[in-house]
Amino acid sequence: MLRFIVRRLLWAIPTLFIVTFVVYCALRLATNPLASYARANPRIAKQPEKMAQYIEENGLWPGIGGYIRGYFVWLKGFVTGNWQVSIKGSRPVWPNLKDALINTLRLGLMASLVGISIGLALGIFAALKPGRLRDTAVNTGALIGFSIQPFISAVLLQLFFAVQWSKWFGEPLLPTSGMYPPGHTGFDPVLMLKYMILPVIVVSIQTIAAYSRYMRASLLDVLNSDYLRTARSKGISERRVLVKHALRNAMVPIVTLAALDVGAIVGGLIISEAIFEYPGMGMFFLTAEANGDFPELMPWMVIVTSSVILFNLLADLAYAWLDPRIRLD
Amino acid sequence: MTEFAGISQTTASQQMQHLGVPSDPTGDASIGILKTSMSPKRMALKRFVNHRAALISTIVLVCIIIFVALAPLTARYGVNESIFKAEANRPNQNLAPFDLAWFGTDGNGRDLYSRIIYGAQVSLLIGLFTAIGSVMLGTLVGGIAGYKGGWLDDILMRVTDIFLALPLLVVLVIVRGMLKNVSWVTTIMGEASSVRFLVILLTIIGWMGVARLIRGQVKQLKEREFVEAARALGATSKRIMFRHLLPNSVGQIMVALTFAVVGAIAAEATLSFFGYGPDAGSGMTSLGLLIRDSKKAVPPGYWWLVVFPGVFFIILSLCINFIGDGLRDAVDPKMQQELK
Amino acid sequence: MTDATLSIRDLRVTFKTLLGPVQAVRGVSLDVHPGEVLGVVGESGSGKSVSFLSVMGLLGKNAIIEGSAKVGDVELVGANQKAMRRVRGSDVAMIFQDPLSALNPVHRVGSQVAEMILAHQRGMSKDAAAKRAVELLDLVGIPQPEQRARQYAHEFSGGMRQRVMIAMAIANNPKVLIADEPTTALDVTVQAQILEVIDRIRKEMGTAVVLITHDLGVVARMADRVQVMYAGRVVERADVHNIFHGSRHPYTRGLLGSQPTLGNERLTPIPGAPPNMLQPPSGCAFRARCVHAAPECAGDLPELVQVGLTESACVRAHELEALV
Repeated sequence: MLRFIVRRLLWAIPTLFIVTFVVYCALRLATNPLASYARANPRIAKQPEKMAQYIEENGLWPGIGGYIRGYFVWLKGFVTGNWQVSIKGSRPVWPNLKDALINTLRLGLMASLVGISIGLALGIFAALKPGRLRDTAVNTGALIGFSIQPFISAVLLQLFFAVQWSKWFGEPLLPTSGMYPPGHTGFDPVLMLKYMILPVIVVSIQTIAAYSRYMRASLLDVLNSDYLRTARSKGISERRVLVKHALRNAMVPIVTLAALDVGAIVGGLIISEAIFEYPGMGMFFLTAEANGDFPELMPWMVIVTSSVILFNLLADLAYAWLDPRIRLD
Repeated sequence: MTEFAGISQTTASQQMQHLGVPSDPTGDASIGILKTSMSPKRMALKRFVNHRAALISTIVLVCIIIFVALAPLTARYGVNESIFKAEANRPNQNLAPFDLAWFGTDGNGRDLYSRIIYGAQVSLLIGLFTAIGSVMLGTLVGGIAGYKGGWLDDILMRVTDIFLALPLLVVLVIVRGMLKNVSWVTTIMGEASSVRFLVILLTIIGWMGVARLIRGQVKQLKEREFVEAARALGATSKRIMFRHLLPNSVGQIMVALTFAVVGAIAAEATLSFFGYGPDAGSGMTSLGLLIRDSKKAVPPGYWWLVVFPGVFFIILSLCINFIGDGLRDAVDPKMQQELK
Repeated sequence: MTDATLSIRDLRVTFKTLLGPVQAVRGVSLDVHPGEVLGVVGESGSGKSVSFLSVMGLLGKNAIIEGSAKVGDVELVGANQKAMRRVRGSDVAMIFQDPLSALNPVHRVGSQVAEMILAHQRGMSKDAAAKRAVELLDLVGIPQPEQRARQYAHEFSGGMRQRVMIAMAIANNPKVLIADEPTTALDVTVQAQILEVIDRIRKEMGTAVVLITHDLGVVARMADRVQVMYAGRVVERADVHNIFHGSRHPYTRGLLGSQPTLGNERLTPIPGAPPNMLQPPSGCAFRARCVHAAPECAGDLPELVQVGLTESACVRAHELEALV
């Protein structure tokens, strides 16, 4: 097991190396950092020697060779902690990125917790009586959930809870943007939860839909299995059949999927964050992208891809831990 | 869904096997108990028709398509036409629904009802073209990779692993940014704000999911007896692919096509929502652009601009999702899809 | 025959399916006595497994079960869940065809056996049950039972897995052991070992065994009495010797003829396929494939009648001797 983890972590290094190189090339092509810099600093742009200096300092040489050399310049700076400053405002990138990461994890973990637990409950509820009304209802509900894109549910919820509500009752029921009211400082969990309600609903809709279907399918598979028939033939209580045998086995693929999904949270809440102006990774990405801010986007991508790779490993470990048939070596 | 108790997604013969009717060397349980004159295709059709939601959705979708295709007749105004000329005491902007504009008017005094029809036209075309492109490319690559295996298969899996693991919106935005900045690409794909550019962009990303699905299907079929038999009899790879693997994957390809349509429509809407979509110049619109505009209508409370496009979008994708679901159940009664 | 441990009367099982009701079992009656082995023979889909799964209450909700099945004085058809559970695993236990899929892959083998014990022996501690599980594994011939008990099903060979299933089944000294094709998925050499284990248990514990199989070789070796099923009905019933040497039913004879034996190089397969149980034929279900079919076979459903040394459900059973 330990050998597997070590080997996978060692493998992650070349993977990250290749992925970051591809991302580096893609981002340089997509954002054109030099043009972004010139746009952000019109006065410097008129001075060729200053521009040449910026190219040299940040390794923004043209051509294939220039990209490769530039990548290593970036990599050295990234690994040694000498990150390039942002193009817009020439600020250090990490403090903002760190805040964005924490905020997103807060929202994402909350939404996953709510979404996955409701989804699983609905999936179990449906699978216990396949073909009955409740099964049809959950299945149909899940498809409706899939069809409600987050940007639609977000605007509809904003319209209802803020605008229409204040028309009817004088003041909005729930805040619709940000993490705290403007000007608020310090940490206030109750206020923060209130601001999180609508974004969490928006993100959970899709999660609930997905997990109710996963769970239903997984549980139905197990319920039709021979070993469940064996368990029933033992004369143990139906409750024990369900918990010890059916759910225990049905959870194996679910836990794996959940691990993968949690790994995707870091970069996956862009839509809801943007609409609710929630200062997380998604907002960070959209702002940086709009500014063509290459020095901000690169670390962002590294964090997002590392998270995906890390949680892939965790998913494999969880799988092996839950299913003794899986051997890791 | 709509079937008898206990037989929801399984064919009768599979159900029998679950129930412990063994298939032993003396014969197959399905022949033994359920010798029917129904061909697999008819069974699939029957299962689809029994999926009541899918059937209703098909009818609704066909109605929507007919309605949208006949846009000049069904729309009451042009896409960029105000319902009447605005006067000082009679503004035409942001009017709540009334008899001249059933769904109200937008900030330019245009009829929302007509614009939804024209927008749906654009969105459906984007969805259809992207889906066809993705499915063709995905079937080709996935089919070859699944059949040949080896390094081609490895590369396909590794590359798609990474792309599918990253957030779709990020991938779309970055790839879009790359393509936009390369001059020879834009001569082929058109300007970044054109519909053609968007369709090609979505196809470039969209084929990967299809390829993995078809790859899995082909890999599974390849191990089946009838393919082994064909190979043993000396059939060429080409013949096996076109005579055996492809026809047996048609169901899966249909399912992939359906979900690709809804995926493309949603992707268009997401991109448009964030301003990466097609250009709204000349008043042209799409469902995504209409929903983007609805964001601005929230603070002043122009509810019709939010509710109608949003609900229409939900209904449209719900119909296609239901059809895809019904197709999948019909083609693959055990729902292996869900869990890969 | 009042001392039967398992007594089934006019059992009928119908499945509701997409295509309509499937009549899998159409009136089966039988008795099993302590310490005897009853062989149940037939092709797939003849209803032999379904009959006993229905007795155990292990069929899905789409199965409609009618008739009567009694273990001792307890009626199982229509019994409530609680009563059913008390019988399952204690009075009646079952072994299945594929021991790999029949064992839970994520629980240790020992704990799966112990679970069976704990389900019916109230007051037994978990440790005691675990100890007893190891003894049971030893009893069915699993070497190093203490270590094996801590392993998972996938770490066992096919034969060893089936031994685990047997250990589980006999954990509570059942009156009846239903073995549903226990050797079909195994190698021939392993088959013999498993049959030997079952036979030993029958002798030592006096358990009545129902052996469901399509393999006449297994029946010849193990069974005291044989019951042949076709299209959801019993078509012939007799002592094992009389089935092999004095059969009075064309289907049984067909089965015997299609079985390879040494010296008999020519196999005679039964032509055609079993009937569609969505619309079972009137009269004798076998008549479409029967070489002796006559117009009277289409009449009423033939019942078992004593003819010579066997009970046969063939209308022309009396003439059969002459015909062959």
